Amino acid sequence: MTHENDESPQAVQHDDRNRRTALLLFVVYLAMYGGFMAWNVISPASMATPVLLGMNLAIVYGFALIVAALLLAIAYVVLANRGQAQ
Amino acid sequence: MIYTGSSTAIAIFIAFVSIVIGLSLFLGRKAKSAQGYYAAHGQIHWFVNGVAFAGDYLSAASFLGICGMIAFFGYDGFLYSIGYLAGWIVALFVVAEPIKKLGRFTFADALDSKFGSRGIKLSAAISTMVVSIFYLIPQMVGAGALVKPLLGFSHLQGVVLVGVVVIFIVATAGMVSTTWVQFIKGSLLVFFCAILTMLILNRGISTTPAPKNGTFAAWKVLPLNHFEGKAGYTLLAEEGPWKGLPYVRVKNDKGLVEIWRKTGDTLTETQFVETAIDADGKKTVFVNGLPQGLGAGQTDLRPVGNVTKLPGGKTETGPLGPAEFLSTLQQSEILLWGSDKLVDKRDGKAVTIDVYFQKPTTGDKVLVPGASPTFAGLQQSDPIKKLDFLSLMLALFCGTASLPHILIRYYTVKDASAVRKSTVIGIGSIGFFYVLTLFLGLGAMTGGTLDVTNTNMAAPLLAKGFGELPFAIISAIAFTTVLGTVSGLIMAASGAVAHDMLTNVFKVDLSDHNKVRAGKLVAVLVGIVAMILGVVFEKMNVNFLVGWAFNVAASANLPSLIMLLFWKKTTKQGITTAIIVGMLSSLGWILLSGQTYKSVYGLDAALAPFQMSQPAIFTIPLGFLTLVVVSLLTQKRAAAREALT
Repeated sequence: MTHENDESPQAVQHDDRNRRTALLLFVVYLAMYGGFMAWNVISPASMATPVLLGMNLAIVYGFALIVAALLLAIAYVVLANRGQAQ
Repeated sequence: MIYTGSSTAIAIFIAFVSIVIGLSLFLGRKAKSAQGYYAAHGQIHWFVNGVAFAGDYLSAASFLGICGMIAFFGYDGFLYSIGYLAGWIVALFVVAEPIKKLGRFTFADALDSKFGSRGIKLSAAISTMVVSIFYLIPQMVGAGALVKPLLGFSHLQGVVLVGVVVIFIVATAGMVSTTWVQFIKGSLLVFFCAILTMLILNRGISTTPAPKNGTFAAWKVLPLNHFEGKAGYTLLAEEGPWKGLPYVRVKNDKGLVEIWRKTGDTLTETQFVETAIDADGKKTVFVNGLPQGLGAGQTDLRPVGNVTKLPGGKTETGPLGPAEFLSTLQQSEILLWGSDKLVDKRDGKAVTIDVYFQKPTTGDKVLVPGASPTFAGLQQSDPIKKLDFLSLMLALFCGTASLPHILIRYYTVKDASAVRKSTVIGIGSIGFFYVLTLFLGLGAMTGGTLDVTNTNMAAPLLAKGFGELPFAIISAIAFTTVLGTVSGLIMAASGAVAHDMLTNVFKVDLSDHNKVRAGKLVAVLVGIVAMILGVVFEKMNVNFLVGWAFNVAASANLPSLIMLLFWKKTTKQGITTAIIVGMLSSLGWILLSGQTYKSVYGLDAALAPFQMSQPAIFTIPLGFLTLVVVSLLTQKRAAAREALT
């Protein structure tokens, strides 16, 4: 069952929980993304430092932001759909 | 550079376009009602919709612009990849589900769901139109860039071809066919870019790349005094526009002028293009002193892009793994190219001279932000450049969730669960593609195939370096990419006018059938406007143009969307004013920025009122501030209205 246009107390509770989860995950990603921006502005030279398998910080952080977006998105879908199934 | 068409490329291109048009005609029969035309009856499967998200999003800008920027400037192009993907987090976690719940066909529906205000509908529809057209420009420019080497057409012919095909698709079909076109194209683009990346890694890096579409000749470097007293060469005086510039001009024994750039204690070979326009408007182009052409007595620009030094003094690496490829480049010296533009007078006529010169750069400087003209000051503590960087990253982060053609895709699936799942599929496909862009761009940077005059051509020419077939397939997919994205954008603009403006604002009583017809008519008009703008903006990097579209979208739409969802005191006046202020301020800033002065108006960038090219860091907060202030000022009216109802 879905809660589309469903105003039952369970549906409202489920939507609220989803919204809280989504905002929490959003804040986690925002911190990572903001960290990337701040690091580039405050210490741009350090971005050239090799940190993993000879790749520099700029590349590793960039890849990490892309992978993190996917992992957080999957986590959200799993959590939201689990709540919906319950 | 001059491009010639190939029969393989043309055959594959025609096959792709025929399939797309055939599919549109077939699926178009299902889109007779407005619900079918604009929202595909909400019955698209979440997986198909997810890949179609990728198809919508991975536009000409992503493919051509990012690859081109990385190929010419290194990491700065990848910043766009990171920002474009990060924007999906805002879309999924903040906007997607509420939008699905609130709306019906368009972004304006969702914004206005609580208020029933004509002001909101009108301002949202105008903002949708402006953002869609802004986003359409780079797609059309990209189309023109693609068709040049593929079919040997001019930029104008390419733009017109795309415009006509897309108008046909949208006018015959609607959201169902647009979705399927996006699904097919999104899948093919990611798949073939992965293959191209494997070809790049398997080729490795060489100081003398050997592309299949030509021979690469190393660029000459001579001692600084090489031409002093050298027989057969006459040194030319440093006069006119050359005065004070680091160039040495010599006339050789064939009577041709050569231009060399002083770099430290060496002279480095350049390429130069002289363009003169006669009184009757006829343009003549000379390359390195000879008429540009492929015939006898003519010449063309040589392809560029190679590594000059590899670690350990090697001349080639052989096949490399992904991390090894990046770490090897980091330790290499890469030959980037810069350019100078001068204007000289000859026989009373103005001649524009574009000089392209070698810029050997170490890999550690190429693989960090700050190598492109846009962010050149980032590594040198230039506060304007730092702000520009922050502003662009903010625009990309906030822009995705504000793009009308992305938002309407939330109405094509049946429920919130499908919205979530399709967004994750979209993020997975798009993220994977953006990782590939780094390898594609760096592969183009070092593959000896680049056209020094056009950043947008890097990806197709990279593919051409691997043979005609990869080139034909990649170009045909990229062309379909343009078709798909342009279709989606025209759909969004058409919905804004026909559904939001005609039906909801001006209360034109249209039957369901006529609403679809009005939408199709608007699609034709928007398509024509897009074609004209695609010609005007030909020379600009398409990715840069998309960055601007994100600035406008984020400034105009995001404050209203967010505040509607999270602030109960939001009023209709607040939303309407925030959209207008956000849109006009960002648009005005862009039109008055140094970058626009230089690239669009051909004026001195220093004369522009705004030196920063990315306004979002100021105009997004301005949108929020406007909404809060106006909403607080109109609380009484909102309360009175509520009491009446």
